[in-house]
Amino acid sequence: MATSVAAHHHVGAAAQYQEENGIWSWLTTVDHKRIGKLYLVSALIFFIVGGLEAAVLRTQLIGPNGKLVSAEMFNQLFTMHGTTMIFLAVMPMSAAFFNFLIPLQIGARDVAFPRLNAFSYWIYLFGGLLITAPIFFGMAPNGGWFGYAPLSTRAFSPQHNMDFWVLGLQILGISSLAAAFNFITTIINLRAPGMTLMRMPIFTWMSFVVQFLVALAFPVITVALIFLQFDRFFGTRFYDIAKGADPLLWQHLFWVFGHPEVYILILPAFGLVSEVLPTFSRKPLFGYPVMVYSGILIGFLGFGVWAHHMFSVGMGPIADAIFSLTTMLIAIPTGVKIFNWLATMWGGNLRFTVAMKFAIALVALFTCGGISGVMHSSPPADLQQTDTYFVVAHFHYVLFGGSIMGLFAGIYYYFPKITGRFMSEKWGNWHFWLSVIGMNLTFFPMHLSGLYGMPRRIYTYDVGQGWELFNKMSTIGTYIIMLGTLIGGINLIRSWRSGKIASSNPWGAATLEWAMPSPPPEYNFAEIPLVKSRYPLWNMKEGQTLVHETTSEEEGGIRIPSAKELHITLPNPTIWPLYCAAGIVWMFCGMLFMETSTATALGVMMSGAAVWIGSLYKWLTTPLEDAH
Amino acid sequence: MTAPTIPATKLENSGVGHGYTTLGLDNRKVAIWTFIGSECMLFMSLISTYLIYKGKSPQGPYPHSAFTDATGHVFKPILNIPVTSFSTFVLLMSSLAMVLALAAVQERYKVRVGTWDKILSSSKLWLWMTCLLGITFLGCQAYEFTSFIHEGLTIRTNLFGSTFFTLTGFHGAHVTAGVIWLFTLLAIDYKRGLTPADATAVDISALYWHFVDVVWIVIFTLIYLIE
Amino acid sequence: MSNNDAYGASAVSGVPAHADEAHHDEHPTWSTYWKVALVLTFITAVEVSAYYIPVWSKSWIYVPSMLAMSAVKFAIVGAYYMHLKYDHKVFRTLFTGPLLLAGLTLIGLMFLFAKLAIKLGALS
Repeated sequence: MATSVAAHHHVGAAAQYQEENGIWSWLTTVDHKRIGKLYLVSALIFFIVGGLEAAVLRTQLIGPNGKLVSAEMFNQLFTMHGTTMIFLAVMPMSAAFFNFLIPLQIGARDVAFPRLNAFSYWIYLFGGLLITAPIFFGMAPNGGWFGYAPLSTRAFSPQHNMDFWVLGLQILGISSLAAAFNFITTIINLRAPGMTLMRMPIFTWMSFVVQFLVALAFPVITVALIFLQFDRFFGTRFYDIAKGADPLLWQHLFWVFGHPEVYILILPAFGLVSEVLPTFSRKPLFGYPVMVYSGILIGFLGFGVWAHHMFSVGMGPIADAIFSLTTMLIAIPTGVKIFNWLATMWGGNLRFTVAMKFAIALVALFTCGGISGVMHSSPPADLQQTDTYFVVAHFHYVLFGGSIMGLFAGIYYYFPKITGRFMSEKWGNWHFWLSVIGMNLTFFPMHLSGLYGMPRRIYTYDVGQGWELFNKMSTIGTYIIMLGTLIGGINLIRSWRSGKIASSNPWGAATLEWAMPSPPPEYNFAEIPLVKSRYPLWNMKEGQTLVHETTSEEEGGIRIPSAKELHITLPNPTIWPLYCAAGIVWMFCGMLFMETSTATALGVMMSGAAVWIGSLYKWLTTPLEDAH
Repeated sequence: MTAPTIPATKLENSGVGHGYTTLGLDNRKVAIWTFIGSECMLFMSLISTYLIYKGKSPQGPYPHSAFTDATGHVFKPILNIPVTSFSTFVLLMSSLAMVLALAAVQERYKVRVGTWDKILSSSKLWLWMTCLLGITFLGCQAYEFTSFIHEGLTIRTNLFGSTFFTLTGFHGAHVTAGVIWLFTLLAIDYKRGLTPADATAVDISALYWHFVDVVWIVIFTLIYLIE
Repeated sequence: MSNNDAYGASAVSGVPAHADEAHHDEHPTWSTYWKVALVLTFITAVEVSAYYIPVWSKSWIYVPSMLAMSAVKFAIVGAYYMHLKYDHKVFRTLFTGPLLLAGLTLIGLMFLFAKLAIKLGALS
């Protein structure tokens, strides 16, 4: 029985063989692990940007009649806060984990289409920059992250602000769709022998469901955006009420996308928690098949609840009742997961690492968010709650208390695997407690201010409404979150440079990625493994789980061979995906000139098209790897 | 439940080499079907919007009924069923040509003795046929669009104009992309010849092409034949 | 197109035999193809004729019959031209899932925009 655990000597795997590290190597990389790192760093930077936008908002709202920002700037801030957090922070953070983990967890050397993978990253980055840059010129999108038409049409939003939003989101859609096709193919077709679907780690399963949600939901918002773009640039009538357009068309199309989108935001975090909890409970995940089926059911049902975002528009009692029912139904598979996580921990040998704390925080805080969500599912109750801060409380509990907590758990858990070093538990604890306390202090009062009538998206409020105390608490909570995040950021940077060296399986986990050195060599597995169980690294005999936490001392003295020595052919780095992405974004930018100068617009669009078509041609005619 | 520390199981080597796939399928084929699934949702959204706005334009021209505007100008029903029936037939036949092109590349008609077998086995011929039929379809679309504009229906005129031109325009753009793809295959066929090793590459272009045809089947029925 | 897939199932030593090798030998023949083309043409002809036959086009059966005929054409192209009848089951799943979802969403939207309605007496 040959081993494929290539060990490393005690200064750590990363030092053993110098990977190329110059800028060009990063621009041309097609290695899923590096692309994962790129996503992680970009997502964290955008998380800070989105957080700063929120900080300014909250400072404006700390007391009545705030004068910090104008109403217009406030609109830009809350629009960009939402857009940044959803599309530029949380989704890409999840993408970082899809990229890094999925091939490792299924026993593959890379994703199905490594160059397409790189393309997805670069077009996300360029699209993210396009949509973020305008705020520095006071021209950021200002119609809400959901861009309701007809408010977002030229008639009511005549300036360029919403143009950036329309174009930026379409670009980001291309990134996500390409990645979805890539990961679906990877998970279907590149699993190692013996890795049946029901042996895959739950993170990979949740990611699998998410990729289908992306592939099926993003086309709908693409169409809604195309209609808006055509209305804004070409004078079509899709959202033109005077010409008979239905004011609800945008809302329905948007939310047919928007609801699956929120499951896209939470399921990866659920997957990460499902990896962390069993490891630090020293027990297999309770009810694996149920966790899989509930994930699939959430994905499927998620397409049937969208109009619960529209209970106040007057759809009629039957529509309201049906969507209310489906919304209540979807709480069931979600709730089941909570119980399964609790059962996983019950009777386990718990170890409260920072990762474990963040994971447990998700279980608790997401449950709170789920409860307020179920309260929304009743249309009569929702009529009071909708468009108030009660909803803001709900979705921040599920997005911050859920997605972010889960993603942070993943970061602390997988940091050793990704970088070969531990994050500091001491700093991590500060990060954790400040985040949890700050988060609750910020968002809990919003349940109350919401029920007391404070509407969403108002840039100020008058004295005597009864909201002052709650707003003050929320703003102070925000500052605490910021402090916690700062500490977390410092922890990340210091640890990346000089954290304690990690071995291949420091947590004693069960899945394939932990059989690799930390960080894994470029080729991942020296030999593609044969998988015989759900927990390949845990011997399960007679109900006993045998767990071994490796140490860097015990793994000292053994070399990691290079790909060449092992005769493993790897894909060649290439710049064409980046150029192709740049060309597409440049082409989209051309639309911005359409009103002022058609000639410039056409010039920019055609030069952009030339760049991306030329790059695509070079990409397709260059072999992925050297002949072997 | 405490866990004794015992060395973890070492991974067993499966012995598979480079190029192994779980299901023995080509990644590109899995990817194109995923893409096609995604496109179902794209066209569903476009078609839904067309149907939602059907009959809602306060002013004509209209697809199936006449309309007199304020100046007294009479617009006849604007859709041309005979021409579109013809183009639908053309697109259906192009799918036939496409399967024959694929069969030729897969060299399924190896006995190239009789004239008919020689004809069947020419990938160039059938790729040309697919392209030409596709271009004919596009030609009919172009004729339709220009005649509509001439008759007073543009993409801005009313809801019908916006939804119609966007839906059929997107479909036409997909056909155009398909034609370009096929011409690229033709170019490769002329340059170095397409062999069975290229079968998957031709297969995925064929799947795309058939999907575009199938979407037209739906559009033709819902927009042209149902009032 | 050049072989630019890293892990495509190509004839490389050590790769297990393709799972659908047997399926691949089951190809429709030329005779199947032209018969399929004939059926498609025939159904299209029937559909277009129906449009011009007022007894049919003005009756309640018109829309269901149109939808049925195009569904049949859709299925035939899918099964024979797109090879779903002969290929690995996974492709059928990858196609019918989204198709079903698209259909259900379209029907949902039709109800929501009052393009479709079910008479529920006092309730609606």
